[in-house]
Amino acid sequence: MPERPPETALVGEIESPEEQIVEESIEGGLLGQSAEIEAGAVIAGGEGRRRKAGLGFGAWLAIGWLVFIVLIAVLAKTGILTWGDPEESFGECARKGPFADEGTADGFLLGCDSNGRDMIPRLALGAWTSLLVATGAIVVGFVIGGLLGMLAGYFGGKQSRIGGVIAGAFVGAVFGIIIGGVIFAVAIGLGDVLAGVLGGVLGAALGGFAGWRKGDLDTYLTGIFNVMLSIPAIVLALSLTAFLLGSAEEAAQGGGLPPELVLIIAIGVVSIPLVGRIARASALSWAQRDFVLAARAQGAKHARIMVRELLPNVLPAMFSISLLGIAIAIVAEGTLAILGVGVRPPTPSWGNIIALDRGNLFKSPHIVFEASLLIFLTVLALNFLGDVVRSRFDVREGGI
Amino acid sequence: MTESASATAPTTRAASDSGALLQVTDVKTHFETDRGLVRAVDGVSFTLERGKTLGIVGESGCGKTVLSRSIMGLLPKRGVVRSGSIVFEGRELTDLGPKEMREYWGAQMSMIFQDPMTSLNPVMKIGKQITESIRQHLDVTKEFADELAINLLNSVRIPEPEARMKEYPHQLSGGMRQRVCIAVALACGPKLLFADEPTTALDVTVQAQVLDLMAAQQRERYMAMVLITHDLGVVAGRADEIAVMYAGRIVEKAPTSELFSNMKMPYTEALLSSIPKLEDATHTRLATIPGRPPDLVNPPAGCKFAPRCAYAQDRCREEEPPLIEEKPGHMYRCWFPVGTPEGAAALERNKREGVVAAVALAQAETL
Repeated sequence: MPERPPETALVGEIESPEEQIVEESIEGGLLGQSAEIEAGAVIAGGEGRRRKAGLGFGAWLAIGWLVFIVLIAVLAKTGILTWGDPEESFGECARKGPFADEGTADGFLLGCDSNGRDMIPRLALGAWTSLLVATGAIVVGFVIGGLLGMLAGYFGGKQSRIGGVIAGAFVGAVFGIIIGGVIFAVAIGLGDVLAGVLGGVLGAALGGFAGWRKGDLDTYLTGIFNVMLSIPAIVLALSLTAFLLGSAEEAAQGGGLPPELVLIIAIGVVSIPLVGRIARASALSWAQRDFVLAARAQGAKHARIMVRELLPNVLPAMFSISLLGIAIAIVAEGTLAILGVGVRPPTPSWGNIIALDRGNLFKSPHIVFEASLLIFLTVLALNFLGDVVRSRFDVREGGI
Repeated sequence: MTESASATAPTTRAASDSGALLQVTDVKTHFETDRGLVRAVDGVSFTLERGKTLGIVGESGCGKTVLSRSIMGLLPKRGVVRSGSIVFEGRELTDLGPKEMREYWGAQMSMIFQDPMTSLNPVMKIGKQITESIRQHLDVTKEFADELAINLLNSVRIPEPEARMKEYPHQLSGGMRQRVCIAVALACGPKLLFADEPTTALDVTVQAQVLDLMAAQQRERYMAMVLITHDLGVVAGRADEIAVMYAGRIVEKAPTSELFSNMKMPYTEALLSSIPKLEDATHTRLATIPGRPPDLVNPPAGCKFAPRCAYAQDRCREEEPPLIEEKPGHMYRCWFPVGTPEGAAALERNKREGVVAAVALAQAETL
C-alpha cells in the first residue's frame, strides 16, 4: 500500500480515533454485555414461551380463583343458589365468629356480622357488588381512556386546528367549570350553577382559542390526563361520588342515581387517565411504524387505520393495565366505603362489610378479616394475571 | 374547486400531448425545525412515462425518500412547506386534499417500503392485509378479493398462497415479506409504483430475486416505477433513466447507458467508484467520498458538493452551477465536468495542491 498523503489521513481519521475508542469501550464493555444479556433473555424467553405452552400453575390458580368468585357472585345475585338470606338477622348470633363455642353460631360456617346476619350470603352478594363496580369502572376507563389515548397517540402532532380547538375547548370548559365556578361563586357571589356555566363558557373560549393557535390534540389530551392524575385519585373519586350520590334525603325518597352506577362513574373517571396514558404511549409507538404509513399509502382512512391497524396492537397493553385496574378498583370501592360513601346498606359489598364492622375489629375480627381476605386474594389473582398477560404479549421488536 | 379545475385544464392538455404519466416541476419540500428551514427537497423536476423506470440514486439524507413521499402527498401537513407542481395523468396533485388523494393512494400510485419487517402489520393476517385495499378501492365481494389476493401472491411467487393467506407476517422470511409488500402495493393495479430502497433490508441473495420480480410485474402491468436506492448497481440494469440526487437536488440525470458511459458529475463518479469491483485484488481498500453530506439547514454557498469534490475550484465554492442540458436528456450541474478538458485540468490542479478528495480519487484509481 502506498504511503498515504497527510491530508487523507487527516480527513479520514479526523474524528475516528476518539470515536473508535469510545465505540470500542462501549461495545467491549457495556454494549457487549447488554447485548449478550439481551440475546440470552430473548433466547430464554423464546424457549420459555415454547416450553410453557400453557399458562403455568400460578396463572391457572389465579384464573380458578376468579372463576370461583365470579360464579359465586352470579349465583348469589340471580338467586339460583343461595346460602341463606343476606338480610335475615339472627340477633343471638351477632358478632359471633366461626369458632365461637358459646351461643348458636354453629350453623354459620363463617360466623355472623354485628347485626347477626350470616356472613356467607353477605360475602357472596358483596362479591357481586364489588366486582360489578370494579369491572364497570374499568370498562368506562377502558373505552373512554382507550379512545382518547389512541386519538392522542395517533394524531399526536398531526392534527391541525379542528382537533386542537375541540380538545382545547373541552379542557378549557372542564377547568373553567372547576376554577371559574369557584372564583365566580366565592368572589362575586353568583349562584353555583350560573358560576359554573360562566366559568365553563369562558374556559371553553380560552381553550378553543389556544387550540386554534397551536392545534395539537396530543398536547391537550395529555394535558387532561396529567391534570386528572395530579388530583389525588381517592379525593377525586370521593368528591365525585359524594357529588353524584346527592343528599341522604334525596336517596331516602328514591331519587338520585343508584349507588353502584355512581361508583362506576366515579372510579371509571379516575381510571380514564391511567388507561389513556398507556393507550397513548402504545399507539404513539405503533403509529410510527411503516405499516401505518403503508396503509395510508394504500388509501386507508384514519378511522380505519386506528381500528384495523392500531387497535389490535394496542389492546394487549390495555388489557393488562385493565386487569390491574380492576384490582385497584376493588380496593377503591372498599376505601370509599370506609370513607362513608358508596353502596348503601343493606346491600352488601366487600367494602361496606368492612366499613360497617370496622369498629368491632378487636371484639370480632372475623367480619373484617373475611372480607379483607376475599379482597386480598382477588386482587392478588388479578395482579398476577395482569403480569402474565403483559409478559406474554410483551413482544420484543426482534421477535416480530 | 372550479377555479383549480380551470387552472389545471391547460396542463391537462399539455400532459396528454407529451404522454407523460407523471410530471414533476420544481418540487420543493422544506421542513420547519427549531434549527431553521431544512431544505430536504429543493427544486426537483422530472417527467416519467408509462412503463418506464426512473432510478433515483444518492447518499442517505439527500432527499430521496422525502421526494417520493412529497409526490405521493404522504408528508404531514404541519411544519412542512411544499411548492412546485406534480401533475399525474394531467391532474395537479398539489391542489388535492387528503380525501381526493385517497382515491389515488393504492389505486393509482402505490409504495413499497424499505423494511418489510415493519411495513406489515404484525397482528393482521397476510390475506387481510392484501384484501384491505382491494375492498376499499374496488367494489368487489370478499370472496373475489380473496381470490384476487391468492392470484397476487402467486404472481409474486409465494408458494402455497392459500396457506399463506392465513399466516401472520412473523411466519414469513424477510424476502417473502417483501414479496407480500409488493403484492399489497400491486393489489389495485397502480399506474405508478414508488419503491423506496426495496432491497436494502434484504439478504444479498434475495435482492436480485425481488428486483427481478418487480421488473417482471412492471412489464406485465405496463406500470411506471420510481426506484429509489443508494446503490448505483441496483439501478444499473433496471432503470431507463437515472437521476442522481445530492442535498435535495438532482445533480445529474441521464438515460442509464448514457450515465454510465459518459458521466459528467464528479459526485456520480465518486458514487460509482465507491462500489467494490470484482476484478479488484482482495483486501483492496474501498474508495470513499470524504466528508459528509452538507447540512440542509445551512447549505454551503456555490455547488453543494464542492467541499467533497475532487474537481472543486474557487468558482465552485462561490457560484452554484445551473442544471445544464448538454445533450438531449442528459443534464448535470457542474462547472468542471468529468471527461472534459476543463474537468481534467481542475482535477490535475487539485492533485498538485493536495486537495483531499482529489488525492483520494487518485489513490482509488492507482490501487
